[in-house]
Amino acid sequence: MKSGVVVFPGSNRERDMLRALETITGTKPVTIWHADTELPDLDLVVLCGGFSYGDYLRTGAIAARGRIMPAIAKAADKGVRVLGICNGFQILCEAGLLPGVLMRNAGLKFVCKEVKLEVANADTDFTRKYRQGEVWRCPVAHGDGNYFTDAETLKRLEGEGRVGLRYAEGTNPNGSLNDIAGILNERGNVFGMMPHPENMIEPLNGATDGRALFESVLEAVA
Amino acid sequence: MIPNDVRITPELVAEHGLKPDEYQRILDLIGREPTLTELGIFSAMWNEHCSYKSSKKWLRTLPTKGPRVICGPGENAGVVDIGDGQAIIFKMESHNHPSYIEPHEGAATGVGGILRDVFTMGARPVAALNALRFGEPDHPRTRHIVSGVVAGIGGYGNSFGVPTIGGEVNFDPSYNGNCLVNAFAAGLADADKIFYSEAKGVGLPIVYLGSKTGRDGIHGATMASAEFGENSEEKRPTVQIGDPFSEKLLLEACLELMASGAVIAIQDMGAAGLTCSAVEMGAKGDLGVELDLDKVPCREEGMTAYEMMLSESQERMLMVLDPAREKDAEAIFVKWGLDFAVIGRTTDDLRFRVRRHGDVMADLPIKELGDQAPEYDRPFVKAAKPKPLAPADAPAPNDLGEVLTKMLALPDMCSRRWIWEQYDHLIQGNTAIGPGGDAAVIRVENGPKGLAFSLDVTPRYCAADPVEGGKQAVAECWRNLTAVGAEPLAITDNLNFGNPEKPDIMGQFVGCIEGIGEACRALDFPVVSGNVSLYNETNGKGILPTPAIGGVGLLPDYTRRATVAFKAEGEAIVVIGETKGHLGQSIYLRDIAGRRDDASAPPPVDLALERRNGDFVREEIRAGNLTAVHDVSDGGILVAAAEMAMAGGIGASLKPQTDLPLHCWAFAEDQARYLATLPEADAGALLARAAQAGVPAARLGTTGGRELTVNGGVPISLTGMKAAHEGWLPAYMAAGAEL
Repeated sequence: MKSGVVVFPGSNRERDMLRALETITGTKPVTIWHADTELPDLDLVVLCGGFSYGDYLRTGAIAARGRIMPAIAKAADKGVRVLGICNGFQILCEAGLLPGVLMRNAGLKFVCKEVKLEVANADTDFTRKYRQGEVWRCPVAHGDGNYFTDAETLKRLEGEGRVGLRYAEGTNPNGSLNDIAGILNERGNVFGMMPHPENMIEPLNGATDGRALFESVLEAVA
Repeated sequence: MIPNDVRITPELVAEHGLKPDEYQRILDLIGREPTLTELGIFSAMWNEHCSYKSSKKWLRTLPTKGPRVICGPGENAGVVDIGDGQAIIFKMESHNHPSYIEPHEGAATGVGGILRDVFTMGARPVAALNALRFGEPDHPRTRHIVSGVVAGIGGYGNSFGVPTIGGEVNFDPSYNGNCLVNAFAAGLADADKIFYSEAKGVGLPIVYLGSKTGRDGIHGATMASAEFGENSEEKRPTVQIGDPFSEKLLLEACLELMASGAVIAIQDMGAAGLTCSAVEMGAKGDLGVELDLDKVPCREEGMTAYEMMLSESQERMLMVLDPAREKDAEAIFVKWGLDFAVIGRTTDDLRFRVRRHGDVMADLPIKELGDQAPEYDRPFVKAAKPKPLAPADAPAPNDLGEVLTKMLALPDMCSRRWIWEQYDHLIQGNTAIGPGGDAAVIRVENGPKGLAFSLDVTPRYCAADPVEGGKQAVAECWRNLTAVGAEPLAITDNLNFGNPEKPDIMGQFVGCIEGIGEACRALDFPVVSGNVSLYNETNGKGILPTPAIGGVGLLPDYTRRATVAFKAEGEAIVVIGETKGHLGQSIYLRDIAGRRDDASAPPPVDLALERRNGDFVREEIRAGNLTAVHDVSDGGILVAAAEMAMAGGIGASLKPQTDLPLHCWAFAEDQARYLATLPEADAGALLARAAQAGVPAARLGTTGGRELTVNGGVPISLTGMKAAHEGWLPAYMAAGAEL
């Protein structure tokens, strides 16, 4: 699988993501610079975690208008898988590639801890290696992860199986609507989530539950 | 040289923090009245923070060398060899006063400054820790300061992208008007690619990098604006504003530039900004420096030479570059969106010359600025050695379980989860032991090596007996690193004290240094970097002497590490080290018996014993014989056992083999002790090995159940302990929100 990680000024989990992708896919991913205007030929584009442009405006708002973004939107249109983690999820929402917005955590504090995620839809390119309803361990580390959208959109997301992951067992760390942790676009090839599966891939991390997410994409593009 | 348009009056000299005899020294040195800019430069170079004028004499007595030490004190940070061509670069530094004035930005820029110290030397930061001291919980400002400091540390480190993996927190009335924020950072580099601040070569470009210079953090804020000249705006507050986003860009740009081979010398602009960095680079390299301030990127218009030389705007660097590579270097900085400007040259005349609008605003001898700083041998009185507490003098509790549960919920003993969940402790994906253990451990990129970090000092011990307290701080740090299986390598020290002009405070300082030096020598644990923070006083009352020790240890294989949590039911619990029932200066005596003013001796530190017990424990961990290890410190053995039980969710039945009264055994803070667990079948062999090594070790009990029992007494509920332990800090902070 050919994958690439987009680096914006202020991205800071690109190294974690590059290592996870290389470990799991067996192929070295490429790094994509935010100021480029074209993407190489890829099966998966990842927008990684961090504080792009310091998150001094709304989180992800400036990066969403970055020079690389039209190319990512075009790739998404063509069906290329796009994964946004944490700040990447925020950027995808700001760019309009995913609906809704990520507000300040309900507790008003940055929170770094392990949560439980329930697979709300195992029939997606990003979750197919999990079982439907499976609960897995994954860390979060964010200050703005409180997913919100209007009632109409929420109804559609739920009705169309586009809520891929939900915080489970009372571990919602940020007040997200319907415990939403990750959502898909209409076509199912763009996925955004706040937790960090790339930090849950080897025994050192305490569990390897995050691997299946990347293995799902690997299988989907095979 | 332009004539002075401001008269240098004795008042102006005093406002710059210079004593009359220090000013006379300046006059003798340069043979004329200094310009205002020059006066500012002297005040920046000769203040306590930059010159170490009260502490230098004593710092020289500390051991700073060892087989693994690549670079000791004097550079931006210490450098220690960890084998395989790799080095760990680390330092701890205080940001106490700014954090009290403006907790969020004060703490944030403290983190920013220490990260810069580390990556200035070519290292990518891999770990951050912090040692925090706050006032008593009931003090009206404490909550505000806790909340701001924690958010500031998290806000900076989380955005920058370094895992904040540990530290320590105390509450004490002596910090009511003067909190302590000591930030530690460590970075990894190739041992043969370390960058230093010594400039080399005449006529080379001096390059300014990073953020623009503003009027923030200008030293000497006590001065009225009228005295600066007609163009000067009103003085801004002295606390700098942190920008972790710029710092992250600066990190990436610097590392890229260093890899390109263009960098000859580099120095970050920290305290005293441009002045201190330029003077240090020139003076170390026996070169002069000429700066044209018109070239300095500024955030605001009309800044004077005085303001530019004293600005402490953050996220800035100074470099001496290979002139042939200037263009490549500029391209890297433009790519990262950072300012890049050639602002001067190195010269061969050993002068520090500063121009503004073509006028020479300062022309000073560069070596003397640093080397000729005043140095004081301040008078000191050493406190008399305190007497040990008579064992009968510590009252016994009615209910052991109730006291234990209460102790676990004390401000100084409770879980710090509320704090560290606001820190990203997982980023970089190498965290092997996060916050809450004896020491934090990270994997060295791709393994198998690991690095352990711990910050330690027990200020109440230091206050009662500075020498023993200094020893204990080092010993506890060494013990914490040992308890995870690491070989302790070296330390950085952050020495926080009151006003050194008072002989009793100076006595505390001298005593602590003596103890630290003795322990470092005995444990082969050299000091490779550090920072001194004096004048931590409010209304004439000094803080508890707080020499925080930051230690680094090496694990040859990070998978062979020990953690605190009980792992399984039915395992043997053993105690290594001897329990003599020392309750003087213990948490029990202070907070349970209510003897806050007790002046008895802290537990004595036997460094030979410390080493023997620790070496034994480390070998056992590395051999894979132990399933859990915890050092015994604040609160004593029963607290240590409770912490292991809570962490593992498994109880224990304890049957101490002791003649001591039960509370003396339970809460004594004797040093050089560890608790460990191992499979029942292996316990006998372990005790035999200990006996062979001359290490006191005894069976203490067995893990199992959901309760802690001592000698078959009333079971102490794990759930109750955990609720108390986890509950205090969130409840305390939440109560503030309702006010």
